[in-house]
Amino acid sequence: MSFEVGAGERFVILGPSGCGKSTILKAIGGYLRPTEGEIRLGGRIVREPGPDRMMVFQEFDQLPPWKTVRENVMFPLLVSRRLSRSAAAERAAHYIEEVNLTKFADSFPHTLSGGMKQRVAIARALAMQPDILLMDEPFAALDALTRRKMQDELLELWDHTGFTMVFVTHSIPEAIKCGSRILLLSPHPGRVKAELNSAPRGDVASLQALEQRVQQMLFADLVEEELARE
Amino acid sequence: MSEVRPAEAQRPERFYDVVEGAEIGVAARSRSPWERLSDNTALRKLGVLLMLALVWELYARKLGNPLLVPPFSVTVEAFVQALLFGGLLLKVWTSLQILLVGYAAGLILAAILTTFAITTRIGSDLLETLTAMFTPLPAIALLPLALIWFGLGPRSLAFVLIQSVLWPVALNTHAGFMSVSPTLRMVGRNYGLRGVAYVRQILVPAALPSILTGMKLGWAFAWRTLIAAELVFGVSSGAGGLGWFIYESKNTLDIPDVFAGLFTVTIIGLIVENVIFRTVEVRTIRRWGMAQ
Repeated sequence: MSFEVGAGERFVILGPSGCGKSTILKAIGGYLRPTEGEIRLGGRIVREPGPDRMMVFQEFDQLPPWKTVRENVMFPLLVSRRLSRSAAAERAAHYIEEVNLTKFADSFPHTLSGGMKQRVAIARALAMQPDILLMDEPFAALDALTRRKMQDELLELWDHTGFTMVFVTHSIPEAIKCGSRILLLSPHPGRVKAELNSAPRGDVASLQALEQRVQQMLFADLVEEELARE
Repeated sequence: MSEVRPAEAQRPERFYDVVEGAEIGVAARSRSPWERLSDNTALRKLGVLLMLALVWELYARKLGNPLLVPPFSVTVEAFVQALLFGGLLLKVWTSLQILLVGYAAGLILAAILTTFAITTRIGSDLLETLTAMFTPLPAIALLPLALIWFGLGPRSLAFVLIQSVLWPVALNTHAGFMSVSPTLRMVGRNYGLRGVAYVRQILVPAALPSILTGMKLGWAFAWRTLIAAELVFGVSSGAGGLGWFIYESKNTLDIPDVFAGLFTVTIIGLIVENVIFRTVEVRTIRRWGMAQ
């Protein structure tokens, strides 16, 4: 498997569960070392986790519960010695504002809803201004209404700041909505099935056409698998 | 499919004006004084204590033999007397001093051992083997040996105290570290945290509930060991401690003083548990929503 992510791209890895999309993301994050091949970030080989690749997880417990929203966003900035305390506080305030949580800046995570926690996690990752933002199904544990709102907000944030991200999901609509380029994986064994460009935002007809195409490609796989089993 | 059921066809749609933030307010009803009283944990616990004291008093009076069981009131009187004139406070201080030294040393050793255990695999093997060996061994059983090694004095006491604190604290802390969620671990490594910084900034706060449990256990074990040691081996280095006070009072058949001594041990236990540890919990894990 081989693919490239360009700067400023919203690169979505889409595939059914068990195809290894989270594994790829963890490898990019540096948590797993590939048995073969290598992962490069701007020429450097990825060997271990680091703050140049900030990760947003699916689980709500990714926020240390002993730190307030503000402290949570400042935490990686201080630990990685990127900024002084006052500069970190300033930047944290800015990104908390970006995700509309200024009112909750001094709340502890356990008092927040799931969607708010994910917004804190996104603010925390963006505040680091990482080379790449890694999102591991960040909205999968949210209810449908909140998920849709979060997707809109994410796109808005991208319009503001223009970060590079790799976004893993198993939802076709989410992939098409959030991605600018979509890597389609086939079910086990995970192989790249296609690399597609997403349709322009707001162009309802071509978005729907794309969704159908993706669906057909994925279902063709499933049918093949069924046949192979019989 | 084709038939429309009457209910679907006929029920009209309805729309309501929703005024945001208007008159609804927070749903709350004021509680009766009794409800408020019974919701106060400190008050409920005080009630339990009063009840126990009452049972003690009534039983002792019915028994009518103060040499076996002096009533609560007599014990309290002996306690106050000993406090004011019998030098009980000094004895408590003597005991507490050595207790705190042993407790602190035990905690520091536990911190070093568990940090070593969580950062290296051999450290983890070492800790698991050592805790399996030493946790079941009563620390007081090491006192005879300690007396030979360190002589009759505070150093022997400190040695057995460390034994009684180190293992339960290390065991609980290690278990706490191991049960920190994988996501939080990944977050810590994402920040580039490693080694001691990783333990201090991620694992310790995340495992604080288990660590506090270990510290409470360690404190209780340390008390038991100290009182037992003082009872069996008496004076260490001049001033006797609380255990010695109990032992001495028994020798002079001053049974109310024996009870007063035991009473002191339990009072200190209650204060440490309900004031010190509770305050720490309220300010940390309860505030952070990590415990109820």
